[in-house]
Amino acid sequence: MALYDLTAHELRQQLDSGELTSRELTEALLRRIEQLDGTLGAYITVAAEEALEQARAYDEARAKGEATHPLGGIPVALKDNLVTRGLRTTAASRMLENWVPPYDATVVERLRSVKAPVLGKTNMDEFAMGGSTETSAFKVARNPWDLERVPGGSSGGSAIAVAAGLAVWALGSDTGGSIRQPAAFCGVVGMKPTYGRVSRYGLIAFASSLDQIGPFTRDVTDCALALNLICGFDPRDSTSVNLEVPDFTKALRVEPKGLRIGVPVEYLNQPVDPDVRASVDRALKLLEENGAVIKEVSLPSLQYALHVYYLIASAEASSNLARFDGVRYGLRVPAADVPRMMEETRSKGFGPEVKRRIILGTYVLSAGHYDAYYKKASQVRTLMRRDFDQAFKEVDVLFAPTTSSTAFRLGEKTRDPLSMYMTDYFTIPVNLAGLPGLSLPCGVDKDGMPIGLQIIGPPFGEEQVLKAAYTYEQLAWPNGAGRQWRAGREVAVDVR
Amino acid sequence: MSVETKVEYEIVIGLEIHAELSTESKVFCGCRTTFGADPNSLVCPVCLGLPGSLPVLNRKAVEYAIKAGLALNCEIARYSKFDRKQYFYPDLPKAYQISQYDLPLCRNGWVEFEINGEVRRVGINRVHLEEEAGKSVHSGERLLGSEYSLIDYNRGGIPLIEIVTEPDLRSPEEARVFLEQLRQILLFTGVSDVKMEEGSLRCDANISLRPKGSTKFGAKTEVKNLNSFRSVQRALEYEAQRQREVLESGGTLYQETRHWDENRGVTVAMRSKEEAHDYRYFPEPDLVPLVVDEAWIERLRAELPELPRARQARFVEQYGLPRYDAEVLTTSPQLADFFEACVAEYGQAKPVSNWIMGEFLRLLKAEGKAVEQVQVSPKGLADLLRLIDQGVINANVGKEVFEEMFHTGKEPGAIVKERGLEQISDTAALAAIVDQVIAANPDAADNVRNGEMKAIGFLIGQVMKQTGGKANPKVVQALLRERLLGG
Repeated sequence: MALYDLTAHELRQQLDSGELTSRELTEALLRRIEQLDGTLGAYITVAAEEALEQARAYDEARAKGEATHPLGGIPVALKDNLVTRGLRTTAASRMLENWVPPYDATVVERLRSVKAPVLGKTNMDEFAMGGSTETSAFKVARNPWDLERVPGGSSGGSAIAVAAGLAVWALGSDTGGSIRQPAAFCGVVGMKPTYGRVSRYGLIAFASSLDQIGPFTRDVTDCALALNLICGFDPRDSTSVNLEVPDFTKALRVEPKGLRIGVPVEYLNQPVDPDVRASVDRALKLLEENGAVIKEVSLPSLQYALHVYYLIASAEASSNLARFDGVRYGLRVPAADVPRMMEETRSKGFGPEVKRRIILGTYVLSAGHYDAYYKKASQVRTLMRRDFDQAFKEVDVLFAPTTSSTAFRLGEKTRDPLSMYMTDYFTIPVNLAGLPGLSLPCGVDKDGMPIGLQIIGPPFGEEQVLKAAYTYEQLAWPNGAGRQWRAGREVAVDVR
Repeated sequence: MSVETKVEYEIVIGLEIHAELSTESKVFCGCRTTFGADPNSLVCPVCLGLPGSLPVLNRKAVEYAIKAGLALNCEIARYSKFDRKQYFYPDLPKAYQISQYDLPLCRNGWVEFEINGEVRRVGINRVHLEEEAGKSVHSGERLLGSEYSLIDYNRGGIPLIEIVTEPDLRSPEEARVFLEQLRQILLFTGVSDVKMEEGSLRCDANISLRPKGSTKFGAKTEVKNLNSFRSVQRALEYEAQRQREVLESGGTLYQETRHWDENRGVTVAMRSKEEAHDYRYFPEPDLVPLVVDEAWIERLRAELPELPRARQARFVEQYGLPRYDAEVLTTSPQLADFFEACVAEYGQAKPVSNWIMGEFLRLLKAEGKAVEQVQVSPKGLADLLRLIDQGVINANVGKEVFEEMFHTGKEPGAIVKERGLEQISDTAALAAIVDQVIAANPDAADNVRNGEMKAIGFLIGQVMKQTGGKANPKVVQALLRERLLGG
């Protein structure tokens, strides 16, 4: 098997034994990026020099016995809304096309502290607004399983990079499904931790009360390793929670017996592609056969989730994106006076989807509309948390499809924003309730496109989620997680 | 034609006051708050509002705001939160100001002040915590029409409290006196420098007129750009007159914002109610709600110093000072502290008060210094007073000695010795000089002999001049009487 196909924990053994250096590994991945990224469009910026420099630093430290972290020396990709000191950070927007930040996000600091080479910044929907990476101002991103299909979004580039071997693992951000949905579409593991688990400091905000950083990996074990590195209280983020972070690898146990799995009836009643439904059902059946208890639960407030989400997320986005006014950094379109300069800059700097959300968000916060929209939505959000709390009194985790269908075709939904918004139907409630949610591959549809199984846990129940995910993964693929998915993906890229 | 009776109008005024809190660091980041630093030298990703940065609330700023609330007799909210107030302006780096909207930290307070011998009470509607914007410098008069503008973000993120009064003030003078009282309270509480000239205290005023006896409010004007206590009163006087004229000429007033033009002494229309900003307030999602417990409030209450009016009353009561002295000595907590320390050293209050209100404040004003910058120690002033009491020096020399103490911080005894300023009380030494003076001023001497006692003062002065001011005036007078009037 090629280097670029290995998981971080597999590579760890080779790095530790000395048969592989971080430099060799980084070079191999950079070569692969060079070969394939022209087609796939995973990266907006490739940071070859910086990555090699970090790999060299890692190899030196390892030689002295100083580098001990499981993810040290292992190349990683970052979604381009994570702020990197000295490395251009665009959020896939013309607005920040040439912005080089003067500081590092907290998660980036953590990567640097273990000497993990950062290969580059990945493609995404502009300011993370979108579900297909098609709103990127810079380039088309293609699903490595079928190049005519979208990789999902908004963290499409990170999903592609991990699926196609252009990075060992990657970070993304998830506001309404932006990690889990592309993970499902690209056949990799993606997790959104509990709101407050990972510092948002240095994540370019889309919707502050929903945004959360999380990893893309090739299996559940790597996911646990990544969480160990990025989770934890950060005094620079007031919404990060000061709670002890467990060693998540301890949750990697195959224990189907007695596992109580809830299936929300509201999800069952939703129109879902038959192949997706069949795959999720098979996964449930497999666990049940091994001793898990499957139970239907009801979350009545879920029916409002999409509406609530687009009110709250747009309202916060309209506020968060107001700072891009051409005064201090990023794009400035000169004009006769300051108000017109701001207008011109914002007109030219933002793409149509971002503008749509700013307009929607501005409207719902306007005088006379606040109570009817934002306030009401916040109240429904509280009900939704209550519904989930109720459900978790009876079950350990909830299972659902990550998406109602597999990856759609490029251009298929770009003219119909509402159908694009619908693709987040299954992932959004998790953000609204601030819960941990993970998507992992659970099969392919009739076209051979990967299907994602979503596992949801109670607040700070990442261990429960990881345990359920690991249990399923090991039972479904006793000979190594997801190997066959990688093989399937290889075909698509090679045919091209 | 009907006979018109002239309507008498009542003026209704409410103030919105912004005071910068004097914390060491900014309200949502660790940057320093030093005044007058190089432009944009006290900034970081947070106060510049860079993408990805997040605010973290400064505990000290919360404490200062609570203390201000307690000093203004407010209820402190156990649960409050922050909201975003949104508008586009170049000096506002996030295009929103983190402020407090519907759940302010403090509310329902009051302030008492005295005007024309009458005690008045003004309600405090609320006190909330927010952040400062940066400071724009325009090449022209204002942003629009300027060739270029520069922005200094050092000020951006300095903690600010907004104090909103009830519409309880009834005259422009009352508004000014209240504002002075409020300033003094904040100064004593130690939460703000309250310097209007540096902009750390700012005031907007709402003013309306209504027929006397009416309980309904008239259409109000918000007056902005009031940069001194004087301009508060002047602008409101102008605005009350303007409104009265509109009403008396049968016109109608509309709610609007007006700008005070200090040079021209007029208010100018800025925007109408229809043009008012929609700030689109909503809860700040980057901060968690602020929960304040009883123990914290009580600790802060215990830390509150004695406030100006209480201290004035005590000065009158405890030291037997005239009201006027008590008022002057409590213009700042530092001055009041200095006074009390001096009294503790010296034992008597009134002579200390006289010296502080006289020489000390005169020198302070002449040098433009603050009390805490002065070198004179309480013990030094007490020693000086004792030297005068003991007749070692006279009062006039005392002033000279004090001036040197003021500049150098030296002990008065040392100064007197060094400069040989001891009073000459020796009759034999003075007699010769007195005789000389009498000889040199025969007309004055004759006048004294003829009972014109005013002339004796002139002769005393001549003796003082000869002795460099060191002669004991009592001894000199006795000698002159003896020589000219035969005892």
